Amino acid sequence: MLAIIDYYAGNLTSVKRSLDYLGIKNEITDNEKKIEQSCGIIFPGVGAAGSAMKNLVSKGLDDILKKQVSKGKPLLGICLGSQIILEYSEENQTKCLGLIPGVCKRFSHDLRDEMGNPINIPHMGWNQVTILYDNPLFQGIENNMDYYFVHGYYPSPKKEYILGTTNYGIEFCSVLGREGLWALQFHPEKSGRFGLKILDNFYKFCKTV
Amino acid sequence: MLCKRIIPCLDVRDGRLTKGIKFKGNKDIGDPVESAKEYYEQGADEIVFYDITASHEKRGIMIKVVEKVAAQIFIPFSVGGGISSVEDMREVLLAGAEKISVNSTAVKKPEIITQGAEAFGSQCVVVGMDVLKVDKSDNIPSGYEIVIYGGRKRTGIDALWWAKEVERLGAGEICLNSIDADGTKQGYELNLTRLISENVKIPVIASGGAGNPQHMADAVTKGKASAALIASIVHYGEYTIREIKEYMKQRGVPVRLKW
Repeated sequence: MLAIIDYYAGNLTSVKRSLDYLGIKNEITDNEKKIEQSCGIIFPGVGAAGSAMKNLVSKGLDDILKKQVSKGKPLLGICLGSQIILEYSEENQTKCLGLIPGVCKRFSHDLRDEMGNPINIPHMGWNQVTILYDNPLFQGIENNMDYYFVHGYYPSPKKEYILGTTNYGIEFCSVLGREGLWALQFHPEKSGRFGLKILDNFYKFCKTV
Repeated sequence: MLCKRIIPCLDVRDGRLTKGIKFKGNKDIGDPVESAKEYYEQGADEIVFYDITASHEKRGIMIKVVEKVAAQIFIPFSVGGGISSVEDMREVLLAGAEKISVNSTAVKKPEIITQGAEAFGSQCVVVGMDVLKVDKSDNIPSGYEIVIYGGRKRTGIDALWWAKEVERLGAGEICLNSIDADGTKQGYELNLTRLISENVKIPVIASGGAGNPQHMADAVTKGKASAALIASIVHYGEYTIREIKEYMKQRGVPVRLKW
């Protein structure tokens, strides 16, 4: 069973629907026992870093997540989840979980796209992800496919944690982490067949741990 | 590079498409869920449902449609029509839609934009604008006026002013429909599309007038839109989404071609 972490952060049900569709047992939960019993954790999120961290701390989930990750439980962060697993976010000047070294930054309004037009913020829509190293999450998926993004801030981890990048005014990190602790800035649950494949790959990895 | 989006729009009344869709191969589909699945598999980047259900009692039928769609398609989709409160928005989003769109309601109660953005995030709130070309005047300096109730009622509101205003109020996206171009198949109203796109920072979806793939390419190049809404051109099997995207690719437009 995969545990989807419940901390009032945005649309958790869309992640659940995609796992249901894939036939993967899952539960939206904030219960430590349930999280402990799961074979892997999905840490989604839509919203702002400040209130998300406040909710996590108030539920004691920050410590639970740190404990589980230190015990080697696989974790997949999605969108806001990929930002607040870093140490710090420029959004609401928030101290974050620090599971991965690095910070989360804001897209600058001065940035321009390849055609020279000012970029819209948030970055919303389908954009390519270039995977830099072979990675169990992306097994069986061609490189440089398009995934669905919605975000105004982006992860900027320490270099060795950058696993994939995307261009939007700048080249930013869209896939980060290390084996068993991954995070995606885009939404796999809204990225069609390739997104579903990533979720399925994550579950397969969890079962081997 | 961020892809330009192609978005089919489905009109739904009482849980059925208002007109059956003829997919290539003569599959005639009246069920919005089946049609959405077909477009998902054909490479739509997003889907828009426009609910023209007349009565409040029948709103529940649309919610059922949204739930079924959300269980089977894994790209963003939005629902518009008949949304008049934050509670309506919540109901549709909980059922699984990614975005909700408001049009006439936003003109009458602009605060719904801010309330929606605060409750669910700007990215969930699309403002639909129906625009009529008029003579320039003190009241309508851009020469484009907002109309409501499906184009039947003029408002005296300048479209450019309104676009900036909805952005300020917290809209995450504008769906810009030209009443003049709508149904003509002569192409999008490019002057209007560019005027609005250049004056707001949020994405603009061009709508009304699509007759061939060149029109879509023009909307996102000359018109500077982020996306193009399409209806009859795909509903009646004249073009597939792949054909449209391949044409756009040849024109140098970044589009999603593998799915």
